[in-house]
Amino acid sequence: MKDLSCDFLEIGGQKLKSRLFLGTGKFSSNRLIPEAVKASGAQVVTVALRRVDPGFEEENIASYVPKECILMPNTSGARNAAEAVRIARLAREAGCGNWVKIEVITDNRYLLPDNYETIKATEILASEGFVVLPYVSPDLTVARKLVEAGAAAVMPLGAPIGSNRGLRTKELVRILVEEIPLPVIVDAGLGRPSEAAEAMEMGVAAVLVNTAIATAGDPVAMARAFGLAVEAGRLAYLAGPGEVVEYARASSPLTGFLREE
Amino acid sequence: MKLLVNGRSEEFPKEGATVLELLQHKGILPQTVVVELNGTVLKRDCWGEALLKEGDRVEILRFVGGG
Repeated sequence: MKDLSCDFLEIGGQKLKSRLFLGTGKFSSNRLIPEAVKASGAQVVTVALRRVDPGFEEENIASYVPKECILMPNTSGARNAAEAVRIARLAREAGCGNWVKIEVITDNRYLLPDNYETIKATEILASEGFVVLPYVSPDLTVARKLVEAGAAAVMPLGAPIGSNRGLRTKELVRILVEEIPLPVIVDAGLGRPSEAAEAMEMGVAAVLVNTAIATAGDPVAMARAFGLAVEAGRLAYLAGPGEVVEYARASSPLTGFLREE
Repeated sequence: MKLLVNGRSEEFPKEGATVLELLQHKGILPQTVVVELNGTVLKRDCWGEALLKEGDRVEILRFVGGG
């Protein structure tokens, strides 16, 4: 029987056991973050970089992330490649490794990424030794250019950030899974554990979840639920789902019926 | 001297202060932040020597929750 004991996701020279990446935004209290990380099993945790407001006592979010996790700063706030590169370099100087999630957004309503600027930023940062995970709209040509640019993974959105609308881009993500020789990670939009499982069942390498967990009634329980769903979906993918057909195919034998005549 | 700190113009009482002195003056724990001086990332071990001058642009950032 297949199991997950020898199933690892390799990115940037790291072998990851967990295929659930966790974002740290929107938690009602920072104290929930280490509990959610633990309950989810996540080994990759995202953070953002912002200006310090000296008048306001803020805590460094990184201190709430368990030390054994890989911290993946995002470049949120960047409106072009140059700004993304600038943020990534600053984040690396903070001393938490060289992973970065590229996020370049100019659209304020749907927060859809600028794929063109994202490719440019990926190329520059990959050449500087970053492990680059770009957040993009799912597009095969763009994903191929990201492979050429040296990305470590491709992260297509499932639905707009924070929308909890699920895997709306399924067909396009499926094409990326089939065609792209890098881990494809669904980032943004997954709202329910079943949607995470759905993505994993079709061979997605991992999912990144933030809002669905952070804004749940019980974020720690939801973190656990997503962790289980991701494992279930992954195992189902490895097990090989059966064929989908148009009409019924009886599961019980069609002979030996007890009948009147 | 006048500095532009995180996009805001500020008067710093001491001429030729270091980046580390600016952080201390603002009550910011150095180990929790990263600093950019005039558009270039400033390595942590240079903060004690990096001298500020009139008109310098300083960005002080830290990690916050994000997805």
